[in-house]
Amino acid sequence: MMASLFIVSKDIPQWLAAMAKTRKVFATQRESGAIIFKPYDPGREVVFERESVTSCKEAVFPQTKVLFSYFVKKNPETGETAGVAIEESLNKPAPQAVVFGTRPCGTKGFLTFDRVFDCDRIRDPYYTSLRERTAFITLACDRPGATCFCHWVGGAPDDPKGSDALLTPVEGGFLVEAVTEKGEELVNEARSLFAEADEKRREEGAAVRDKAKGMLTPKPDLTDIGPALEKRFRDLDFWEDMTAACVSCNMCTYLCPTCYCFNITDESDGQAGVRLRTWDACMSQQYSLEASGHNPRPTRAHRMRNRVNHKFWYHPKEYGGVISCCGCGRCVKHCPGSVDIRRILLTALERKDEDAE
Amino acid sequence: MKTPNNPYAPKLARIVETEMENATVKTFRVVFEDQAYMQSFSFKPGQVGQLTAFGAGEATFVINSPPTRMDYLQFSVMRAGEVTTALHMLKEGDLVGVRAPLGNAFPVEDMKGKNVVLIAGGIGMAPLRTLLLYMLDNRADYGDILLIYGTRSPDDFCYKADMAEWGARDDMKVVETVDSACTLWTKCVGLVPNVLLDEKPSPGNAVAVTCGPPIMIRFTLEALGKLGFTDEQIITTLERRMKCGMGLCGRCNIGEKYVCVDGPVFTMAELRELPPEL
Repeated sequence: MMASLFIVSKDIPQWLAAMAKTRKVFATQRESGAIIFKPYDPGREVVFERESVTSCKEAVFPQTKVLFSYFVKKNPETGETAGVAIEESLNKPAPQAVVFGTRPCGTKGFLTFDRVFDCDRIRDPYYTSLRERTAFITLACDRPGATCFCHWVGGAPDDPKGSDALLTPVEGGFLVEAVTEKGEELVNEARSLFAEADEKRREEGAAVRDKAKGMLTPKPDLTDIGPALEKRFRDLDFWEDMTAACVSCNMCTYLCPTCYCFNITDESDGQAGVRLRTWDACMSQQYSLEASGHNPRPTRAHRMRNRVNHKFWYHPKEYGGVISCCGCGRCVKHCPGSVDIRRILLTALERKDEDAE
Repeated sequence: MKTPNNPYAPKLARIVETEMENATVKTFRVVFEDQAYMQSFSFKPGQVGQLTAFGAGEATFVINSPPTRMDYLQFSVMRAGEVTTALHMLKEGDLVGVRAPLGNAFPVEDMKGKNVVLIAGGIGMAPLRTLLLYMLDNRADYGDILLIYGTRSPDDFCYKADMAEWGARDDMKVVETVDSACTLWTKCVGLVPNVLLDEKPSPGNAVAVTCGPPIMIRFTLEALGKLGFTDEQIITTLERRMKCGMGLCGRCNIGEKYVCVDGPVFTMAELRELPPEL
């Protein structure tokens, strides 16, 4: 990490403007009363005091991505297909991008994406082209919220993992620490906006972080969560109880920084068409519905079982024990039915020695 | 323009022949437009491919021709939804997109020297067709072959010309059965699992491979158990809704396994290790 720097709050828009000259910048801004990640608009205030409702996954994993477009050429005489011209969107280089003000939990969400989309088995070119060109300037949390549980899953309010630079809120501004070369570059490009942080400020930053960590509630030991969920697999009464309030709105998956399921569909207009990759949701009934009418996950209980198991059992089993939930708490905070994934985990752990019927 | 190694990009293939198997299943024989690609293309029996009907989308089908016969790749499509209906509209000379091969294959090497019992129901004959033709093209490598193929009614059989040819061979046995008796049907009548019990294939040095609707699979597995087949001797291919075909999009998982990359072929012993979510 480079030496700590300091930037006063009122200079943040100038920093954003400097970065926005050559890059696409995403920042947390207000929209219809909610705080969400949006392309930076200098006319809007960047909001720091509350975590955004949406995660920043849109920056690297857009809700809708055109994979390629095509045009079916017909023989005008016979109407027969003469050819299909396919134009891949990858031919246009992705813009450099900066995600500004994401929290450590949301930034770490991309570490889950990396394990899945950029591994020995497969390298997804649409993902990696955006991922490589995106930098994350993360804001350390000064107070955990009631729904936060990053520390349950290996995170912390000031965890720099996955970030390119880390900001810590202090009196009048932010301490800034570059974590990677990418982060250093973003600071150096606007170096005149930053001052060396003196010892007093550095101590203040450390105190802010320590205070946030001190406010975390005691965490459960999730070492046995996989086997505990395995014990509950056949216990549909348990899953029905846990999902009784679920209204299948899919919000938990759309807001989740680590949910990466997608759909692939075509949209066409006459002979022209596009193939789209769009966010999908495992909590939706159509998601696993087969053409025959058979559905291996026919009820909310089956679907929630798969969602929780995927994050806390299947993914860790496949990727060396790493849980794929980042503990941001969005699924808890914004669920219209108040379904709480922490309750599901704790209840499963409580009953880990109890066999299902 | 194509980016090399883009796993989402289909290769163009021309339909050289089509055939209606029954009221809802249409078979397509396709050849890649790029001749060099067609010549270098290889796959193993049981692997699947994604077919694109441009304008409608993609869906997954097994390559039901064998790798020993590379004049074309054959897919059989049951009309069920938007993509399959669009595929059914296509005719000889039209272009489709193909992403293949995807998934794993039947363990044809391990099966060498063994007797093979193939048990198919309905469109479940498609993956077994590629396996059977592969074995017939390497006939000396395999022991006795028994095929039990059942459908609801005589009209529902696929690959009728193949069935006639296989039935005439003296180096394999074919049992065709329909669920209930009807006029002009002189062959076997009865549900596949019951016919299997009547045939009593010996589990000694044998492998059973089954594919069909879930209810048939369930009772076929019971029947194989009664006959003395162990979980290691039973192979099945699974169906799941799939989109990407590369273990990313999420929907075809059973526990931590993805049917599109770890399957579709599983032994019963492998399935017992997974959470029961079929």
